[in-house]
Amino acid sequence: MNRLWKVIAILLVMACASLPPGSAQAQEDNPVTDDEVNRLASELYCPVCENVPLEVCPTKACAQWRELIREKIALGWSDEQIKEYFATQYGEQVLAVPPRRGFNWLIYVIPPLLILIGGLLVARIIRRSKKITPLPASNSDRLTTDQEELINEVEQDLRRDE
Amino acid sequence: MMSEPAPAKKRFPVAVAVLGGVLLIGFIVLFAVQMKKSKQDMLEIGTQVPDFTVTTFSGETYQKSKLEGKILLLNFWSSWCSSCDEEGAALEEVWQEVKDKGDIIFIGVNYVDTEKDSLAFLEKYGITFPNGPDLGSRISRIFMVDAVPESYIIGRDGRLVAIQIGAFQSADEIRAALALAE
Repeated sequence: MNRLWKVIAILLVMACASLPPGSAQAQEDNPVTDDEVNRLASELYCPVCENVPLEVCPTKACAQWRELIREKIALGWSDEQIKEYFATQYGEQVLAVPPRRGFNWLIYVIPPLLILIGGLLVARIIRRSKKITPLPASNSDRLTTDQEELINEVEQDLRRDE
Repeated sequence: MMSEPAPAKKRFPVAVAVLGGVLLIGFIVLFAVQMKKSKQDMLEIGTQVPDFTVTTFSGETYQKSKLEGKILLLNFWSSWCSSCDEEGAALEEVWQEVKDKGDIIFIGVNYVDTEKDSLAFLEKYGITFPNGPDLGSRISRIFMVDAVPESYIIGRDGRLVAIQIGAFQSADEIRAALALAE
């Protein structure tokens, strides 16, 4: 009987050892995927190189930042909390979309305002152009009797020549 | 037969045009003021350095205006910077020589870095002088730092004495720079 238990124990140990490493990782709580990290990283900019989104930046600094994003997501932080953290730590210039406060409002207000004003102007011009009704047919549009006679004469001459 | 007089043309209200113009000029002025505020000229030797505060990783606070009468060496660094390690060791060497005199302060300003990597870097290279993050990149904006390492030596009167762009190559270089402020 003892021997049987030993065999079972050995088989169990072998079975556990043969499990792929992924099985152990699966026990971790929802590992954060690269896609999740990159989605948020695309909303941040590299602190060192200019105008390079964090998700594609090859520098070590950006790799560290992406790792930081991964850690924050794993801790259950929301997108807004993470972006706020980065803005506080490194300045608002790292945000792809500036937060709606203070002078930043100008960015959000001026373009729609200009589009609205432009739209109103275009609408006004179109409305005015539609209002221009064609002039009533004046005498100048009709052939006078003299002109008709002249044309008739010319046509008759032409026929004769034929 | 008399033709009917043409209807009077509707004019664009003058008040609306004036209001629009004023608004547009106002926005332009606001934008210009904001741009001027955000863009600072690079500090030159001899100019008074604006006040700033560094809170170290261990929670101590150093305010520039409260350090007047002392020589301040401000070193911008990052854990991802390849030449910051050797420089850090040289700075630490000089710091060990001057720290007990009390009239020279070294402050490391950690530039766009993560706290975890920064602390690991400080521990790895045995750096003991005060170090803290540049919250909101406020201090690096004052000095227009866009790469690390960079160091600034501020004299006892709060004026800028020396600028080192790139790493100090040796402890002697650091000593020589500090001597400029004596």
